[in-house]
Formats: sequence, structure tokens, C-alpha cells
Amino acid sequence: MRTVIPDQLKVQLRYPARAVGLAGAAAMVASVFLPWSYGHEALDDVGFTGLPSPLQFVFLILPIAILALLGIPLVGKAKLGRWAKIVAWNTTAKTASLGALATVVVALAAIAIELGGLVNIETGGWLALVGAILAAAATVFLPDSPEPTLSRVKSPRWLQITAIVVVMAIVLFGSAYALGMDDAGAFLTLAALLVGIILTLRQFGVFGWLGIASANNNRVLVMSAFVVAFAFPFTQNGSNANMSIAAQVLIFAATALGLNIVVGLVGLLDLGYIAFLGAGAFTAAVLSDSAFATINFHPPFIVTVLIAGTVSSLLGLMIGAPTLRVSGDYLAIVTLAFGEIFRISMLNLDGSDGPNITHGSAGIPGIPDLNLFGFDFGQAHIIAGIEIGRFANYFWLMLLVMALIILVFTNINHSRIGRGWVAIREDEMAAEAMGVNTFALKLLAFAGGAFLAGIAGAIKAHHDVSVTPEQYVFLESAFLLAAVVLGGMGTVSGVLIGAVILKVLPEKLRFFSDYRLLLFGLLMILMMRFRPEGIIADERRQLEFHDDDEELADEIEEELITHHAHLNPERKGFEL
Amino acid sequence: MNERPEVSREVLLDARNVTMQFGGLRAVNDVSLQVHTGEIVGLIGPNGAGKTTFFNCLTGLYQPTSGAVEFAGQALPPKPRLVVRAGMARTFQNIRLFHNMTAIENVMVGMYSRTKTNAIDAILRLPRHRREEEESTQRAKDLLEFVGLTGSGDSLSRNLPYGDQRRLEIARALATDPQLLLLDEPTAGMNPQETRQAEELIFKIRDLGLAVLVIEHDMRFIFNLCDRVACLVRGAVLVEGPPAVVQNDPRVIEAYIGMPANDVAAKPTAATEEDADA
Ligand SMILES: Nc1ncnc2c1ncn2[C@@H]1O[C@H](COP(=O)(O)OP(=O)(O)OP(=O)(O)O)[C@@H](O)[C@H]1O
Ligand SMILES: [Mg+2]
Repeated sequence: MRTVIPDQLKVQLRYPARAVGLAGAAAMVASVFLPWSYGHEALDDVGFTGLPSPLQFVFLILPIAILALLGIPLVGKAKLGRWAKIVAWNTTAKTASLGALATVVVALAAIAIELGGLVNIETGGWLALVGAILAAAATVFLPDSPEPTLSRVKSPRWLQITAIVVVMAIVLFGSAYALGMDDAGAFLTLAALLVGIILTLRQFGVFGWLGIASANNNRVLVMSAFVVAFAFPFTQNGSNANMSIAAQVLIFAATALGLNIVVGLVGLLDLGYIAFLGAGAFTAAVLSDSAFATINFHPPFIVTVLIAGTVSSLLGLMIGAPTLRVSGDYLAIVTLAFGEIFRISMLNLDGSDGPNITHGSAGIPGIPDLNLFGFDFGQAHIIAGIEIGRFANYFWLMLLVMALIILVFTNINHSRIGRGWVAIREDEMAAEAMGVNTFALKLLAFAGGAFLAGIAGAIKAHHDVSVTPEQYVFLESAFLLAAVVLGGMGTVSGVLIGAVILKVLPEKLRFFSDYRLLLFGLLMILMMRFRPEGIIADERRQLEFHDDDEELADEIEEELITHHAHLNPERKGFEL
Repeated sequence: MNERPEVSREVLLDARNVTMQFGGLRAVNDVSLQVHTGEIVGLIGPNGAGKTTFFNCLTGLYQPTSGAVEFAGQALPPKPRLVVRAGMARTFQNIRLFHNMTAIENVMVGMYSRTKTNAIDAILRLPRHRREEEESTQRAKDLLEFVGLTGSGDSLSRNLPYGDQRRLEIARALATDPQLLLLDEPTAGMNPQETRQAEELIFKIRDLGLAVLVIEHDMRFIFNLCDRVACLVRGAVLVEGPPAVVQNDPRVIEAYIGMPANDVAAKPTAATEEDADA
């Protein structure tokens, strides 16, 4: 966009463009009070006059933001004072307008598809579209603003902490709201809207500021994230549908975090990682009280979990010891093969020749619910008047495991071992020549990651009730890797976000299930083209992907200094 | 000229008849070289003479085709990291820092083999781990100060000026707590002032009690600095002796193809031929 329209033209047109943009935004505001569709079945019922649906209410955020961004600068540069520089007024308005346009297009398309044809779109819908197009077209003609400097604004600690808590609260209720949607069109519209809002906030400089705030209040951030996750079941009113998804997300995310050690920190490509989850699940299954368990040894679950982790990490050692001496592509091929060998072995350990351990493709069904310290995970409980069901129990257990995994990940990452891992990723030979035991460290990452996956697998076995080889196909490994790459290699928060996206979207978009892989493929290609470092960028990784970007390097260095985590080991990691 | 302190005669590094064969090319041919404690030894020779390859043989990156290397009376282990543990550290002709790590982190990686924290200590953040982490950080800062990089600790190493990167590599090598430091063209790409600083730094390192084996093309630098100089030509030691002797040896001048010794420093820096190096 930046280069297509000459700057001079932009300066000439700045007043008319601003007026048109304001008019477009006003039209969008007005549109939500008019019906968007003839029927009442589309989206979350956008057929009323004068009464916006919840979705339309959320949509209002964007046009109101555009009005503010275009309107406030009208008071003049003098009155704006330093705020003229702090906020990127025009560019943010442009982002918001484009986000609004995308949202309206998705919404109208959804109405047309759900009700059968464009004729079902009412005045409000068309008005919104016209307004969005006007706003988008107009803001494209506004002169670009310099980068926002909101992140440099000094702010008191209480404000930072409040902001973190508010963001977390929004995440909690937002996710409850989004998960509660049963209409694919509405969900997609909301997704487009959220992306639009997030990009607008980013352009506004909010994330830069929040990044500093959360770096300064790391503990508050982590604690509130866990509180929010812990509170999530209470927003579900005993509904199991979403809790089941949420529990699956956590199992998936825990596994992805294990993979993140291997791929994200050490830079080893593992294409068969799902086998370690499977090994944990099968171990827990054959040791469980299921009538189909094949081993006559049923230790308490605490022991089983450790055995499952150990079995997985032994497999990791077995596959790692001979192959970690080779690098890069060979390792990818060997792990890919290992994933398949695991699945086929599980299929063939059915007793037809050799021992019967897994019952072949039938797998091991009827795995009973967990019972830890007298707490039966199969039972629903009433807490504070809200029913907490079976899946919520597993969700909480996984949350605990997650906390443990994050603790392990962060603490080890900020130790000499973590530094050794990064050094290996940067230049393996130089690391070896500086005395780093590269082979042992790679093996440690491999076995450690596998251990975490094994633990997640053991819980998954009980959560899923049955374990079959076909749950552990290559595609799952690919999805795990996609979660890590999409979210941001080497980061915790990025991988969590990646895992949520990759698990929740398919559940909510069953409508598209045939095109699921196609969509993910597209998403990955777009990510790799425009943001190879993933949604949340690990600072170092970001540099690796933008090797010649000196400005970025300076910026990141500045960030490192402001975050000053290095010289003060006390600030890093978490205490037990 | 610098007054050279009396060199003690204890043999630290003893390379005997080291030969390195690459297919039909004998990059290092029957080289024997000794380095004593507290001594600065120079290694000179035209491009492609095999100097870097000889370093690689010493540090375990290459296994010599034949010959033996002893360090402090022990046969040198065949792995780079074991060589480091034994007390020998190096820098690279083409700088090989961990570019996206900060200066202080680079130095701390160098301490890997001298620190003990294991995964469990780190996960549980046991006092042992924290104490070691604090000590490492402090020592890394001291080392940065020692090489003249005070205040650059938080800079990404890729952002440092070229000369500082070379000094950071030296700090990283010193972090491994070596008895012998191998420097591969430490002043390549430096301006005269930086070169002088590098010279002072190497004297300072020697004064800590370390021995230094240094490859250089800058003759003035070498003859100022070294107690002994060996000239390598086509893989073999041509002359070895005190700087004054080597400097005036007609064969050395001849080896540099008639170039007066002082001009040799002006040869293009090795930056363009780095690929062949480790
Ligand atoms: N791994 C290798 N395989 C094959 N040939 C090699 C290898 N490493 C070095 N050589 C060759 O060995 C010879 C000596 O190279 P080396 O890099 O040791 O020279 P040098 O004395 O360090 O030169 P310079 O002053 O340019 O750094 C060169 O001809 C080089 O091409
Ligand atoms: Mg060389």
C-alpha cells in the first residue's frame, strides 16, 4: 500500500480522505441498528431493527475506534502535544478500517451462505459494507504515521498490573463467548473481527506497551494466566462440550511444549513426536485397571505416570543416541520413520505372532477414570453452584501438569543448559569447540521432551477412555510441529496460542472439515511468507529469520536491555 | 621494545610429526612444535600454508593422519570439548560467535565445561545452581572488562563492531579457563590502533600465566609480540626460532614471494577465503 499511492497525493487529499473515512465509520455504526439479514437464522440473529446482536455489539468497537482515530487529531497538532507522536493515528485507522472491511465481508458471505443467496442481506448489511469500503479506501489515502511510541511511555506499576488483569479477564470471557458459538459463520465472523481488533491494537502500540508491562510483572502475568485458565470451567455452566475441547487443547499444548524444547530451543527437527505421546498413552493403558489391560501390574497412577514418561524418554534415547550425531535432514527422516514404526508396531503387537500387548487396531478400550487421593475424575462436582464435570476435572489436572512443564521449560532454558542449547542452534561446531557437550545436550533435550510427552500421554489415555494406534498418525506429528512453528518456536506463550488455534478451529469449523487441511496449509504458507518467526516471536529466532535486518537487531537489543533479565538471575524462572 | 620476562622451560604443548592429509593434499606435513608455559609463540606463513589446519589438528576438530599431540604431559583427547577441558581454547579466523546471543551469554557458554549445574538443579533452582549462575555472571563481566568490553555485556554479539567481536571471541575462549590460548589471526580486519590494543591484550593474557600460540600475517605485530616464531610453508615448518632470526631468514622472505616482510601485513584480509577454514 505504502508505495502505490504517492506521498504527495496523500498530503493533498488528507482532509477529504479524513471526512470520507469519518462518514464511512459513522455509516458502520448506524448499520448495526439496522437489520443485516432478512431471516433470523443467520449468524447470531442479525435481523432486528434497533437491537444489535452481541456480535454486532462487538463489531461496533472497530468503527468507534476509527471515529476516534480520525476525529481526535482534528483538534490540531498543538493540542495533541506528545500524543501526536505516541499514537500512529492514521495508520491505526487504516488497520481498523481494513479489519472492519474483512469482518463485514466474512459476515455477509456467511449470511449469504447460511440463508441461501445474497438476496438475504438487508439494508444494514449493505450499509455496513459501503461504510467499510469507504473507510478503508479513505484511510489508505491518509499519510502514513510514524511508528507509535506508546511502548516508551512510562507507566506506574499499578496501571501495568491492572492492564494485565483486564487483558486476562477479556481472554477468559472472550474465549467462553467464542467457544459458546455453535454457528460456524458467526464463529468465523468473530475470528475475523478479533484478528482485526488485535491488529489494530498492535498498530496502536498496545502490544509493545503490554510487552514491557508483562516483562516487568512476569509473575503477575503468569499467575493471572493460570487463574484465568483455572476459572474457565466456571464459565461453562456444566457444559461438557467445550470442556472436552479445552482438555484436549491442554494435552495437545503440553505435548507441543515438549516438542518446543527439541525444535524451538535446540533446533532439531522431529517429525515423529506424536510417538512419544502414544508411548505414554499405551504404557498407561496397559498398566491401567481396564479389563483389556495386558499387563498384570496396576500401580497407582502417580507411578504409572512416571513409568509412562520413562518409557517415552527411553524411546527418545533409543532413537536419539544413534541419530543425533547426524544433523538436520537426516534426523528429520529418521524421526519421521520412527513415528511410523511406532504406530505399526502398536498395530502388530496384537498377539497374532508375538506377544499381545495392544490388541492391534482395536487398541485398549474401557480405561477407567482416574482416581487420585480419593478424587474421582469421572464424577461431576458442584462448586459454588456451578457443575464441574468430568472433562473439567481433566482440564484442571492438565493445567497442573502444564504449570509443571512451563516451570521446567523456563527454568532449564535460563540455565547453562539452556545457553548450551541456544549455542548449539546458533553454531554447533563452535559450541563443541568451546567445550559444550553438544551430543549430551541434544540427547537431554530429546529425552526430556519425550518424557513430558509421555506424561501427557498417560493422562490422555484416561481422558480418552480408549487408546488405539490410529490416534497417533503422522498427521498428528505434523499438527504438533505446526503449533510450534505457527505460535513461535522457543516461546511458551506462542506455542500455547498455536496449540489453541490448531485445536479449537477444527472443532468449531466442522462445517469445513473437508477443507481443514487445505486451510491449514494455506495458513502455514502465509505465515512462513509474512511472519516466519510465528505469532509470538522469540527474540533470537526473530533475528535468525531476518538475518540482515540491522534495525531489528538494534531494536531487540534495546528490548533486551530494557527487560534486563540477564544480569539479574533472580528475575528469571520461577521458584518452586 | 618490550622486555621479555624469562621464559620458563616447562613444555605445555608438544606436537610431534603432525601430518594432515586431505586426499592428495598434504595440508600439514610432519610438523613438530612445542609451546612452553608462559610463552607467546607465533605461527606465520603464506596463505594456504596449513596454519589453520594445524590448529584444527591441535583442537580435535581434525584427527591428524599421523603424529602425536601431547598437552601438559598427556596425550590430547580426540574431541574438541575434551581438548577444552584439558586446558586449550581457541578463536577462529572467521569469527564464530553465537551471533544472536548477547556478549555476556557468549562468554557464559565458554564456561560450560567448567560449571556443573545439571538439569535437576536448574529445574528446581537449587541454591547450588543459583550460586553458580551468580558466579558465572560475575566472572563473565570480569572477563568482558579484561578484554575491554565493559558495558557491552547486553549487546547482541552480531551488533558489536568487528574489532570488539574479535575481543569477545578471546573473552569466550578465556572463559573456558585455558592454560594455552590459540588465536587464529586475531587482528585480521583491525585498524592499527585496534591492533595495538590486541597486542597489549595478549601481553596481559600472558601475564596471567597463560601460554599463547598465535597465527598472524601482520609481521610487525608478530615480531613485537612473540618469544618464538615458526614459519610454515606448504604444510611444513620452514624455520623456527627467535623473531630476530626468523625475520631475517632469507627463506622466509623468499616464501612470501619477494614481498618485504612489512608489506605482508597489507595483504587482503582472510575474510574472503574463510570458507576453507573451520
Ligand atoms: N577440510 C579440508 N578439506 C580439504 N582441504 C582442506 C581442508 N581444510 C583445509 N584444506 C586445504 O589445506 C590447505 C591449508 O589450508 P589452511 O586453511 O590451513 O591455510 P592457512 O595457512 O590457514 O591459510 P590462511 O592464511 O589463508 O588462513 C589449503 O590448501 C586448504 O584448501
Ligand atoms: Mg587460516
